[in-house]
Amino acid sequence: SAVSEKVRTRLEELDDLEEVGFCPHRCVCIHQDYANRIVEPNQSLKEAWSSDQKVKALKIVIQSCLFLGRLVYDRIWTMCSDSGPLPDSFTVEDVNDTAKETCLNWFFKIASIRELLPRLYVEAAILKCNRFLNKSDIQETLPRLTAMIRGIGDPLVAAYARAYLCRVGMEVAPHLKDSLNRNFFDLLGTFQQISGESVQSQLVQQRVEVPEYLTLYSPAISWILQCIAYRAPEPLLMEMMERCKKLGNNALLLNSVMRAFRPEFVAARAADFIGMIKDCDEAGFPKHLLFGSLGRSLACADPPESERLTILNEAWKVITKVRSPQDYINCAEIWVEFTCRHFTKREVNTILADIIKHMTPDRAFEDAYPQLQSVIRKILTYFHDFSILFSTERFLPFLDMFQKDSVRVEVCRAIMEVFIKHQVELTRDPVILNAMLHICKAMHDSVTDFFICVALTLEDERRSLALLIIGFIRMVSFGRDFEQQLSFCVEARATFCNLEPVLVQLIHTVNQLAMETRRVMRGSHSRKTAAFVRACAAYSYITIPSLSNIFSRLSLYLLSGQVALANQCLSQADAFLKAAVSILAEVPRSISVEGKIRSSESFLLDFISNFLATLLVVPDHPEHGVLYLVRGLLNMVQDYTWEDNSDAKVRVYVSALPLLAAMSQETYLYCIPKVDSNETLYGGDPKFLSELNKLCETLIGQILDHLKALGRDEHSARRQSALAFSLFGVLLAHGDLRNNKLSQLAVNLWNLSHKQGHCETRISVRTLEYIKHQAQQPDMTHLSDTVQRLALQSRT
Amino acid sequence: MSVTLDIRLKRANKIYHEGETVAGVIVLVCKEPLQHHGISLNMEGLVNLQLSSKSVGVFEAFYNSVKPIQLISSNVEVAKAGKIPGGKTEIPFEFPLLTKGNKVLYETYHGVFVNIQYTLRCDMKRSLLAKDLSRNCEFIVHCQPQKAKVIPTPVNFTITPGTLQNTRERSLLPKFLIRGHLDATSCVISQPLTGEVVVENSDVPIKSIELQLVRVETCGVLKVCRDAQRSEYQIAEVCCHGLSIPSNVFPGGHCHMETHSIS
Repeated sequence: SAVSEKVRTRLEELDDLEEVGFCPHRCVCIHQDYANRIVEPNQSLKEAWSSDQKVKALKIVIQSCLFLGRLVYDRIWTMCSDSGPLPDSFTVEDVNDTAKETCLNWFFKIASIRELLPRLYVEAAILKCNRFLNKSDIQETLPRLTAMIRGIGDPLVAAYARAYLCRVGMEVAPHLKDSLNRNFFDLLGTFQQISGESVQSQLVQQRVEVPEYLTLYSPAISWILQCIAYRAPEPLLMEMMERCKKLGNNALLLNSVMRAFRPEFVAARAADFIGMIKDCDEAGFPKHLLFGSLGRSLACADPPESERLTILNEAWKVITKVRSPQDYINCAEIWVEFTCRHFTKREVNTILADIIKHMTPDRAFEDAYPQLQSVIRKILTYFHDFSILFSTERFLPFLDMFQKDSVRVEVCRAIMEVFIKHQVELTRDPVILNAMLHICKAMHDSVTDFFICVALTLEDERRSLALLIIGFIRMVSFGRDFEQQLSFCVEARATFCNLEPVLVQLIHTVNQLAMETRRVMRGSHSRKTAAFVRACAAYSYITIPSLSNIFSRLSLYLLSGQVALANQCLSQADAFLKAAVSILAEVPRSISVEGKIRSSESFLLDFISNFLATLLVVPDHPEHGVLYLVRGLLNMVQDYTWEDNSDAKVRVYVSALPLLAAMSQETYLYCIPKVDSNETLYGGDPKFLSELNKLCETLIGQILDHLKALGRDEHSARRQSALAFSLFGVLLAHGDLRNNKLSQLAVNLWNLSHKQGHCETRISVRTLEYIKHQAQQPDMTHLSDTVQRLALQSRT
Repeated sequence: MSVTLDIRLKRANKIYHEGETVAGVIVLVCKEPLQHHGISLNMEGLVNLQLSSKSVGVFEAFYNSVKPIQLISSNVEVAKAGKIPGGKTEIPFEFPLLTKGNKVLYETYHGVFVNIQYTLRCDMKRSLLAKDLSRNCEFIVHCQPQKAKVIPTPVNFTITPGTLQNTRERSLLPKFLIRGHLDATSCVISQPLTGEVVVENSDVPIKSIELQLVRVETCGVLKVCRDAQRSEYQIAEVCCHGLSIPSNVFPGGHCHMETHSIS
């Protein structure tokens, strides 16, 4: 129908905001849509109005105006030229007559709107369209509109209308500064209206408090002033300030001046501003907001040095009198930055004390965590010397206000991060240590609290906290006062008992301490230092069992055993190693590594090899039998439930053979200074040697049995070959092949490994070459016999 | 068989002055060749007057409608009877805008009692079976821009209870003093009428100030009607004493500003 046709074309013009999807009843659909679009802002406008958000309502109107302005501009712009769109920098001459005519028509239509406010807004909205008509029109229109605003009765509405006009003006003709100033001066002229009868009675009627009403002006005035202050010359700003003064230091205005003008400008005249703030009327605009605005400027620009203390004193005198904790902290938080920037811990301390005093009653701090956190952040930005920071008396009490777990952890974490970043020297300063321990403990306790620990705290979170605490522990050093350091570790262990990585670090620290003592004593301990290193060993010995990770425990037992050995604490070393052997059986067959389940076998094999290497230098305990620890380990290996179809056990046996061989030497490959190894204890005693031989035979017997078992299954031929070859390698390197039986065994193993063709020829060839080379050594000639019996695999 | 007939003027705004040439094209669009009995174009300027019941008696006004006065008329034959080829055909035309004799070419004006209108009318005669086609197109005539620039003569005015004419009980009115000025008494139609109002004092709070434009329609020496139509414009709401308020109004035709009414 004709009507729907018309509606549709109208709507298509409107519809460039969003595409309406395909719809069989397009007409109906669009109708609904159109209605919605009209109703929607209307509705939100009503809601805003009824919920007493007059400013929001105004904003909606302004939004709609802007939208209309854009639509009209775009439409005329597309009409301007038949040959493609105009460039953005078009002039009046480029615009064709039709477009001009349409544009003019818009202006005439708007001019015939009867009511002032809509006429004003709509004309301002399409101000940009003046470009299509005339070069100078905007220049004439802006002052005219500015003057028209004088007719608006409600000063608040007028202020926002001015702000809107300035906004449009800045967009369309940023060079026309005069009308901005004009607007501002007119605005000043209307200020007396605020205290006028009609406004006041309206406020009473709507039950709005005067200070609250006044703050509604702030955004509009600030915006106008910001437009004026943008790249404005100094004298203009001075003039503005003078005008404010003349108006009896209207607080509202002053606030906007401080917010809109350049911080440098405000900072340079901070003392003046304070004077003006003081002269302001008490009843009107809240003073803490004024000081807040001033503080914000001073946070980014510096006032003259001589005035700084006065400024702080004057400002704080007012701030401290603010009753409402929320208002108080909002303002105080801003001024912390200024204080930290220019003053010492004494002033900061005073301010912290004041904040504590204000925020503690009725637990007001609970509603102000963001601000309080910001205070801490600001302090941390300026104070990197922690001895100064922590000797600020009220700093720790200030931290006590963070009573919500999550917030406290966040704050502690922030402090720790700054500490780790900026503390470069090791420290023993008791103030720092106490405070840091306090902070770390707070962090530790909040994440390891039983319920949180189970339910909420993520593994990552715990790990990162542990890293921070470790960072702190590493910064602690008492220099040569080792005992003090040890007692610090004792305290730390008690404090951080729930974070394993921290305990691990503590054990490392203590082990390092023992080694440091050894270095200082150049290897020979006095009675006192010997007692001390035994204390260190004891520390580790009782700390390790509390770790849950079995491999941490194993490696720490081994490491601590080595440290004890190096410090000639034989029985302690023995105890460590025995403990390690005794928990081997507990090693699970699979462990989780970085969230993935993996077989523990390779880790276990690594550890055992490492362990065996240490055993060479560990002397036998006088009360236990010969090779007590080696036997213990091998027994453990035998009893361990290895994975099915695994050669791990036998591989351990293979790797034990070199140890036994090394033990049977007259002089050992390595030893620990001032510790007598078995070489000295037994001095090549034949009984000891035969003991070793017997052990070797048992092991080789076990290995051969295993090889035989593997031979029964075709699928395990490759494993058999590899195992046979590795045993061959051990015999070649550590065995005495002059012994015929051994030599025969070696040849058999070689043949076995090559039987199925699973050996890599390259390795076989190189092994043969090596043996030939060895055979040329003076006392190795017997090898040449052996080598002739080793045949390379024939490739047929 | 459809055919459309249209008149397109060269000027988009359709505004012409005396002595100029009204030029444009007649556009014919048809799918197939079209037989016709001639196309003619007619230009006419008419003044229509209607008597207001206020200036003459009610009955007179009802019965005596004044005959329209012709200001200009000319007629040309655009095409003789024949055939128009299918598709779009454009036939250009030109009329000089000149009056015959001593008649004045008044400006276009659409009022309540006075109507001055200039039209172009194109007629196409066709055979008996098909309807004749016709198309109207209005164009607008403006006065020649004045050669010598008029020096605006500002007018100052003062409004007090004493200056009001349309009230009987002056003693009941609250006291007030409003001063103001108009920047010019006659102005260009495309430019706003400007001035300022200052409320010096007022005993009662002012809710709103509105500006009323009153049209007086005349044609030649004949005064047809006073206050034919009022246009009101709000220029201020509750206002601030002593602050001058500008009044900007775009007049929509021949207007004189008459009064300020305060409500």
